[in-house]
Amino acid sequence: MASAYRNRNLLAVIGDEDSVTGLLLAGIGQINEHQKKNFLIVDSKTQVSSIESAFQEFTERSDIAILLINQHVAEKIRPTVDRYQQTFPALLEIPSKDHPYDPSKDSILKRVQKLYGD
Amino acid sequence: MSGSGARESPFPTRMALTNTKIRLKGAQTGHSLLAKKRDALTTRFRAILRKVDEAKRKMGRVMQLASFSLAEVTYATGDISYLVQEQAKNATLKVKARQDNVSGVVLPVFEVDRTTGSDFNLTGLGRGGQQVLKSKEVYAKAAETLVELASLQTAFMILDEVIRVTNRRVNAIEHVIIPKLENTVKYILSELDEMDREEFFRLKKVQGKKKRDAEAAAALLAGKATTEEAPVETVAEDDEGEGGGDLLSSRDEDVIF
Repeated sequence: MASAYRNRNLLAVIGDEDSVTGLLLAGIGQINEHQKKNFLIVDSKTQVSSIESAFQEFTERSDIAILLINQHVAEKIRPTVDRYQQTFPALLEIPSKDHPYDPSKDSILKRVQKLYGD
Repeated sequence: MSGSGARESPFPTRMALTNTKIRLKGAQTGHSLLAKKRDALTTRFRAILRKVDEAKRKMGRVMQLASFSLAEVTYATGDISYLVQEQAKNATLKVKARQDNVSGVVLPVFEVDRTTGSDFNLTGLGRGGQQVLKSKEVYAKAAETLVELASLQTAFMILDEVIRVTNRRVNAIEHVIIPKLENTVKYILSELDEMDREEFFRLKKVQGKKKRDAEAAAALLAGKATTEEAPVETVAEDDEGEGGGDLLSSRDEDVIF
């Protein structure tokens, strides 16, 4: 258990251009020796399948601690996101510039609400 | 009584009774300990729940602020996204995991680990350098908030799972194990009582038979006494002396043993 997150020290992000640029500016960007990036820019032309595969890849990598995903992107692959139950990497839905944050869609907050409502 | 509900079926002896009672006691202790653990975890869980809720809302505001600052950069410098993407090589903002212990449950806590030095020294060199720097700081702050939120959320997920497991155990002990052990104790007690009654009855029987034998012997002696008066005293003495012998012999005849 301890080693499960000991080596995880990167943030990964799947999002629109602005969100990714801002976070890269903060210094989260990493390109490893296999030229694999830890970020994916999603625009209107990006295929859902490529988002899915990036999501799979990031969740399967062992050096990523937190996966940030724009909420409107998460909406596109909602079934996959809702099915995601792993603890690591932690999945975090973040708002984007064009899409204000909607707490009712967040898969974690849904559970929070459910637990509060019981 | 003992027939209702599930129970174990040990050989009903005093030792099995003691063992079962010890196990019942152990189960009750375990139950109260687990219940305490569950309560402690639930308290923590509620606190985290509230924090998660707050942090999520705070994140909305922080990200909005960050977006504004990036818009300022774009306004001052032009589009820098391509430049930034191409220059990203090594992460300067990483997270470090630390452990936190809540009644035996290890929760990871992420902390931001920023190394100085930057990949984007040339960004905004022409103009808008101030805005770029400012935006960078704002986004770093935002990232910190996100990391904080992520560790809360991870704690939330882990605690949720652990609480569920603990609940399951508490309920199992309360509704399955304890009743089962109680039933076993009842069963053993009733069996032992039954055996006691049987033993008592048997002893009664033995006593009755001895009495009958003694009476028969006495009657025989009395019959002899009436015919021969002289050895009455000795016989009477013998009778007393042979009382034990008589009992022993009657016991020997009794093949129940």
